[in-house]
Amino acid sequence: MPVREIDAATITDTIARLAVEATHYLPEDVEGAIRAAKTTERSPLAVQIIDEILENAEIARTRMLPLCQDTGSAVVHVELGQDVHIAGGFLADAINEGIRRGYAEGFLRKSIADRPFSARTNTQDNTPGIIHTEIVPGDKVHLYFMPKGGGCENMSRYQNFLPGMGKKAIVDFVCETVDMSGGNPCPPLVIGVGVGGTAEKAMTMAKHTLFRQIGSRHPDEEVAALEDELLEAVNALGVGPQAVGGSTTALDVFVETHPTHITALPVAVNIQCHSARTKQATI
Amino acid sequence: MSSIALTTPLTDEVIDGLKPGDHVTFSGVIYTARDAAHKRLIELVKRGDELPVDLRGQVIYYVGPTPPRPGAVIGSAGPTTAMRLDPYTEPMLELGVKGVIGKGGRGPAVRAAFAKNHAVYCIAVGGTGALLNRHIKKAEVVAFEDLGTEAIRRLEVEGFPAIVVNDCRGGDLLEEGKRQYRTSERPIPAVQSLGG
Repeated sequence: MPVREIDAATITDTIARLAVEATHYLPEDVEGAIRAAKTTERSPLAVQIIDEILENAEIARTRMLPLCQDTGSAVVHVELGQDVHIAGGFLADAINEGIRRGYAEGFLRKSIADRPFSARTNTQDNTPGIIHTEIVPGDKVHLYFMPKGGGCENMSRYQNFLPGMGKKAIVDFVCETVDMSGGNPCPPLVIGVGVGGTAEKAMTMAKHTLFRQIGSRHPDEEVAALEDELLEAVNALGVGPQAVGGSTTALDVFVETHPTHITALPVAVNIQCHSARTKQATI
Repeated sequence: MSSIALTTPLTDEVIDGLKPGDHVTFSGVIYTARDAAHKRLIELVKRGDELPVDLRGQVIYYVGPTPPRPGAVIGSAGPTTAMRLDPYTEPMLELGVKGVIGKGGRGPAVRAAFAKNHAVYCIAVGGTGALLNRHIKKAEVVAFEDLGTEAIRRLEVEGFPAIVVNDCRGGDLLEEGKRQYRTSERPIPAVQSLGG
């Protein structure tokens, strides 16, 4: 198999573009789900909030204003084909240069603080990104970009349950998390749940599910059924848009699983706000 | 949905008339401050130093905007999570602040502080920084310029939309709303906060 060369500069250009597009254009599936929620929402005040969210998306795309002032931590998942050679630079450097450029050229907020428990000095360019790299078959590079806001990321939760506690533990944990988060993560939410693996595997899975299309279901029937059950349970909580009360607390819930240790049932929850900004590209 | 038009600074009579769930609009001057600015303001008070802004009757908006494009007044400018400012809120109300705009709920002690100090907590819709930008007509940094996005800015706003959450009588929209629309059998958790 010949090795395909991809210039590091191409990675940089792509990340810079994804950063600007993700922060200004609400994905169609997300906007569609918010529009659909307007017809089912029971609270008039919640409907008013949904209208403001839809108007915001329109203003952001027509006036090139970021959808939200929190343009996030730059989370990048890379699927790197094993037949690819990145030429002219190191992959992580190329990605961070793309973040630097995208956040400068797009007039995005730089929200990353170095020395987290002491000086908390702003790095001034939103680097370093949070980069996950997976080696996959093939000769392409697939880039997933998510400007992840602090309000929702700060509501992330992890717990390990007794192995026999099963599905009920997951539903209770997700509901409790959403209930206690209230308006902080900016509902209506998209909720990512990672079940199994180890602590870090569970949270990485939870985060990665947030790249899925709203309305899509896991190919495994049992997992898909759990997604439906979680969505219904969360929307019965009454939290509603911005937690003012209502029937639209989540737009969707995604679950990913991984085999786990005989002693464990790891469950991780990673929450995304209604401004569920993601963008992908294949090189 | 009809809105109550408010003009800043807020008077006691106007605050009396507001209740949880009211949709309101702010016009006039409001001041921005987030974590770092609050910390500094409270340190100044502790030292007995003069504050850079007279806060009596004023409205504070918890926001850290994106940088403006050339020629623009301000960038995207939606509210940040209010709970992080809970430790600073009562001292700010004691300095005369009458209204606060953020997102999400407040702790029980802070709710009580709004009632005690005859003030209101409102939310603007989190994640609508582009829409809220259109209601900000003028912005100037008035203190702590070195804090960048977290500096204190004086904003002139027109028809800036918000919703009353905590009124001056101890009411809480988020608690009432959750109870009203809850169809779940699950008990409402005693602790309504994940912090952060």
